[in-house]
Amino acid sequence: MSEWWSYTLSDFLMFSPRTYYRLLERHHAAVWPAHVAALGFGVTSLALLRRPTPARGRVISVMLAVLWAWVGWTFLWRRYGTINPAAAYGAPAFALEAALFLWLGTGPGRPRYEVSRGAAGGLGLALAVVGVALYPALAPLSGRPWRQAEVFGIAPDPTAIATLGLLVLASGRLRWELLAVPILWCSVSAATLWAMGAAEAIVPALAALLVVASAAMSGRTALALQRPPPEN
Amino acid sequence: MHDEPINRRAALGAIAAAAGAAALRPFETVAHATPAGPITRPIPSTGEELPVIGLGTWITFNVGDDAELRDECAAVMRAFFAAGGRLIDSSPMYGSAQPVIGYGLTRLGRPAALFAADKVWIGSGDRGPGQIEESRRQWGVRRFDLLQVHNLLAWEDHLATLLAMKEAGRLRHVGISTSEGRRHAEVEKIMASRPIVDFVQVTYNVLDREAERRILPLAQDRGIAVIANRPFRQGDLIRSVERHPLPAWSAEIGATSWAQVLLKFIISHPAVTCAIPATSQVAHVRENLGAATGPLPDAAMRRRMAAHVEAL
Ligand SMILES: NC(=O)c1ccc[n+]([C@@H]2O[C@H](COP(=O)([O-])OP(=O)(O)OC[C@H]3O[C@@H](n4cnc5c(N)ncnc54)[C@H](OP(=O)(O)O)[C@@H]3O)[C@@H](O)[C@H]2O)c1
Repeated sequence: MSEWWSYTLSDFLMFSPRTYYRLLERHHAAVWPAHVAALGFGVTSLALLRRPTPARGRVISVMLAVLWAWVGWTFLWRRYGTINPAAAYGAPAFALEAALFLWLGTGPGRPRYEVSRGAAGGLGLALAVVGVALYPALAPLSGRPWRQAEVFGIAPDPTAIATLGLLVLASGRLRWELLAVPILWCSVSAATLWAMGAAEAIVPALAALLVVASAAMSGRTALALQRPPPEN
Repeated sequence: MHDEPINRRAALGAIAAAAGAAALRPFETVAHATPAGPITRPIPSTGEELPVIGLGTWITFNVGDDAELRDECAAVMRAFFAAGGRLIDSSPMYGSAQPVIGYGLTRLGRPAALFAADKVWIGSGDRGPGQIEESRRQWGVRRFDLLQVHNLLAWEDHLATLLAMKEAGRLRHVGISTSEGRRHAEVEKIMASRPIVDFVQVTYNVLDREAERRILPLAQDRGIAVIANRPFRQGDLIRSVERHPLPAWSAEIGATSWAQVLLKFIISHPAVTCAIPATSQVAHVRENLGAATGPLPDAAMRRRMAAHVEAL
């Protein structure tokens, strides 16, 4: 792109907020009652955190794989793509995330999702709860009707945010392979919402930032633990 | 769409217009007012008269498969044609805007007045013809009245394609487009070279007047029609001026709203053939076409208008 410095974020926004929110509304009507299953997956994931076992970890990973594939196909590919051709790049990324969850989340060395003590545990649980349960409330808080709300397992933002939360809770090293797509999605979505003049842009932006910070810190801690103790 | 072969009258008009265009002095008014319809200006290369207000489709017509919004766009088009509008501008870059235009045209029974202005926007010259054909199919027109190389992307290759299409009678006018002051030096270079393009599209409004320095005089000199895009800075300009009362002098230029003040500033520049505000609202399209009626500001008033808006 020539003279890239002369472009602002809003130069890339190619649809009006009204068109976007109506798209969400029409998507709800089209996929209903898939919401019941999606919310069921979300609540089950939260419930399974209570007594973590490898088998329960596998169940969470499979549910996330299904939801990423479903949101990528139904929302990004079939619906969002009608007003934003760039969604055609998002959909394969969502499919990749689904495949990664199946591969890394169910094989040997799969993560266990558990709420540990400390900041990371708090952050993970908070993001998971925001994504699964609280995110739809952003619609009425922003002056939009409930039917234009974004719902976990149906719309990409709450799905990505809850996924980030669960990944922060996953035992062992935070897996960058699994974090990359949701973090990227949250960044793109925050930029889009910002260009639309929507204050809720702050939510995906903050989620991505906090998870990156948490991952960086956990990486450092892991390194510190591996280092031999100082000789005296 | 205008599909008749260019007749003798139009050809003679074209010669007269080309000769006349070269002799134009700044701010000399060449607009023609028909008793019932909007003010028109001739396309210098062919003499064909175009209403000075057209219709843009960036964002406003990208509504995907939303049936209700598609009908709203069709209603905007209906009001546009009813008020005497002709030129609709779009691009394959505008998401679903082209099929939405096609839908509207079908609903309206393919209005004969349409002046179909589209663009080619693809990095590869070889893929230009395929993209143009797809756009033509989406609009549902036999041929385009104007095709512009969007943002000068791969312009050497695409211009060759468009000129060949025009030569073969598969296109009526050839143009180039840019916006927000980008690549003006290259635009000038193309305008100054041969064969001469019929149209150039640039950003021009009461605050973005960079085009006045070289592009607009060059267009007059070379007999090139000018389409002014972003008349309201994508709505930002109108939102910021609407906080202030309408100046008393608006009545002198026959403007009853800020939108009409801003549009009358643009179309009163004698080099400008038409401005292409985009809108999703019937009331706004009527208001915008209203700017193409009544008196237009003269040079002194234009200076006053620019100073006033700059001071807000
Ligand atoms: N490089 C290029 O080739 C290029 C670049 C930019 C633009 N363009 C062309 O130029 C066209 C116009 O530019 P643009 O769409 O960027 O912006 P614009 O026409 O300056 O502004 C469009 C905005 O103005 C509002 N508006 C229109 N009429 C109004 C009225 N009477 N009162 C109040 N608000 C009004 C519309 O909102 P409502 O829907 O609420 O009316 C819309 O949000 C584009 O659509 C496109 O076709 C071409």
